Amino acid sequence: MQKTLNIIPEKCTGCAQCEIACSIEHVGMFSPSKSRIKVFKFPDEGRFVAYTCTQCSEAWCQRACPTGAISANAETGAKEVCEPTCVGCKVCTIACPFGTINYVSERGKVTKCDLCGGDPACVKACPTGAITFIDADATGYDRMKAWAAQTGGGAQPEA
Amino acid sequence: MTGFIKKVFCRKGKTASGPSDTNRGTSDQSYKYVVAGAGPAGVTAAETLRQNDPDGSILLLGGEPEAPYSRMAIPYLLVGSIEEEGTHIRHQDGHYENLKIDCRQGRVSQVNPASKTLLLEGGNRIGYDKLCLATGAHPIKPPIPGLDQEGILHCWTLEDARKIIELAHEGADVVLMGAGFIGCIILEALALRKVNLTVIEMGDRMVPRMLDPVAGNMLKSWCANKGVTVHTATKITKVEPHPGDAEDTLLVDLDNGKQIPAHLLVVAAGVKSNLGYLDGAGLEIDQGILVDERLQTSDENIYAIGDVAQAPAFEGEDKVVHAIQTTATDHGRIAALNMSGIAARYNGSLAMNVLDTLGLISVSFGEWNGVEGGDNAVSVDRENNRYIRLEFSGGRLVGAQSVGRTDQVGVLRGLIEGRVPLGDWKEKLKKNPHLVMDAYLACAQR
Repeated sequence: MQKTLNIIPEKCTGCAQCEIACSIEHVGMFSPSKSRIKVFKFPDEGRFVAYTCTQCSEAWCQRACPTGAISANAETGAKEVCEPTCVGCKVCTIACPFGTINYVSERGKVTKCDLCGGDPACVKACPTGAITFIDADATGYDRMKAWAAQTGGGAQPEA
Repeated sequence: MTGFIKKVFCRKGKTASGPSDTNRGTSDQSYKYVVAGAGPAGVTAAETLRQNDPDGSILLLGGEPEAPYSRMAIPYLLVGSIEEEGTHIRHQDGHYENLKIDCRQGRVSQVNPASKTLLLEGGNRIGYDKLCLATGAHPIKPPIPGLDQEGILHCWTLEDARKIIELAHEGADVVLMGAGFIGCIILEALALRKVNLTVIEMGDRMVPRMLDPVAGNMLKSWCANKGVTVHTATKITKVEPHPGDAEDTLLVDLDNGKQIPAHLLVVAAGVKSNLGYLDGAGLEIDQGILVDERLQTSDENIYAIGDVAQAPAFEGEDKVVHAIQTTATDHGRIAALNMSGIAARYNGSLAMNVLDTLGLISVSFGEWNGVEGGDNAVSVDRENNRYIRLEFSGGRLVGAQSVGRTDQVGVLRGLIEGRVPLGDWKEKLKKNPHLVMDAYLACAQR
C-alpha cells in the first residue's frame, strides 16, 4: 500500500520544523525558503497550514512537461523531477493547480516534494503530529482528488 | 535518431491489423488508431490510448524526420544547455516499441472520412478506425517583401534550430521579428548566445497578447538594461540584400526609416493551424479544426487536438485555438479517452503562459485583461520589477498576470479553473494581491 502525507492544520502550531527538516534533507541547508513544504500563517484566525504536493495520480505537472522529466516513483508513487532531463521551462509550475511545483532560479530547474524516497523528513520533524505518513486510502486524499476533478485540464472520465 | 527512423521505415508494408491490400484506393495498412502528429499532443494521445486499450493497434505519424520532440525545448538547445536528444518528449530506450506504438515518418496529404483512410505524401494509404489529428501549426510568414532570402529563418523546427546555431555566432548581428510569446523565448536564447540582438515588435509593448502595458513595458526596460534593444510599435517594411558585406548579407528596413544590417533575421510572427491537407475532407473548419467538448470533429471517427484544434474555451461560448503546451497535452489525454470508449468531457482550454525573459519571469492566465463588468486588484513595484494583476468576475478569479514571481504561481490556475468562490478573501486580495496562495488555502482547501 502506498503511503501519503496527511496534514491536519488543526494540529499545526506554525513552528516550521518541517520546513527546516525539508531544506536540510534536500539542499543540506538550514533554509526554510528552500523547503518544499511551506507553512502558511493566518494570524487573524490563529491558524497554520502546512502545505505540499499531494502526488496526484493524474499529475498535471507530469502531463504538461514537454520533455518527460517528471515520472512516478514505482515504489512510493511520488512524482519526481529528473533534474538532468528538466530544461527549466517552468510549464509545470503554471500547470499544477495546487502551486506545489516551483522553479528554483539558482539551479534553473523545478523542484517539488518527492516524499524523501519514502521516509519524509517533515513527518519526523513535526512535534505535534500535524504531518503523518499513512496509507493513502485513509487520508483526505479523496477530498483532494474530488477537488482536483473540478479543475480543468483535468476532465474526468464520466463513467 | 537515424536508427529510429530507419527502424520505423522498415515497418513499411507490415500490416498491424487485418489483411492489407496495396492497390491504390484501399489502404496499404490499417490501424485501430492513427495519431497524425508526434508533438506533445500526439504523443500524449498515443500513450493514453495504450493505457486504456492494451491491444488496439496504434500508429503515431511524425511529420519531421526526427524522434518525437518538443518545440518548447528548442531554446535550451540553442543556448547549449541540452543536446538534441534533450528536446525529445520521451527518453527511455524503446519507449514507443514497449508500448506497441508504431512510429513512422509521414505527412498526411489527404483525409477520406468516407473510406476511413488517409493518404500520406508519397502515396501510401493508411486505414483507421479512429483518427486523431494532431498536425500542429506552422509559423506565419508576414507579407513583407524580401523574406525569401538566405539568412532568414523561423525558429520552429529542430532543423530551423540547427541552422540558427550555425548562423547565430557570438557577436553576429541578429534581428528578431516579433516579441510575442515565441519571440520572447527565442529572444532569451539568442541573447544568451551573445549575438548583437535587435528585436522589432509591431505591438506597443512586449508580449502584447499575454501581458498588459505595465508588465510588457517592465520586460522591455529589463531587456534594455541587459543590453537587448527592443523596438516596440515598429514594423519591418522590407528586407533587402546588402551587397558588398560578406557577413551582414541582409539589410532590414524599418518603418521609422532606419536600416539594420543583419547576418540573420529570425521571424517569429505567430503561428497558424496546419489545415491545407483537409481540403475536400468535409470537416468543419474555422481557424482550426472545430471540435466539441470530447475533442471530436464533425466526423464521429475523427478527433483533433493541440495547435490544429479549435476547441471549447474555459470561459465563453467561442471555440479557440490555443497553441500552448498545457492545452495540447490536456487535449491529447481527453481525446484519447473518448477514442478508446471512455466518455470524458473537456472543461475547456484556459490560456496560460510562463516566460523567462533574461531572468525576469512572467506568467499570465485566462482573462488577464479583464472581463466586462469585472474588477481587479493590482500591485506594481517598478523598482524591484514586481507586478501582479488579478481580474475578478463577481466573487471569483477569472484571470491573472504577474512579473517577478515564481512561487506557487500554479494556484492562479487552481483558483480560476476551480471557479473557487473567494468570499471575503476578494477584499483581502484587493488590498494585497500577492496573497493568492493564502486565498487559495483559505477558500479552496477547507
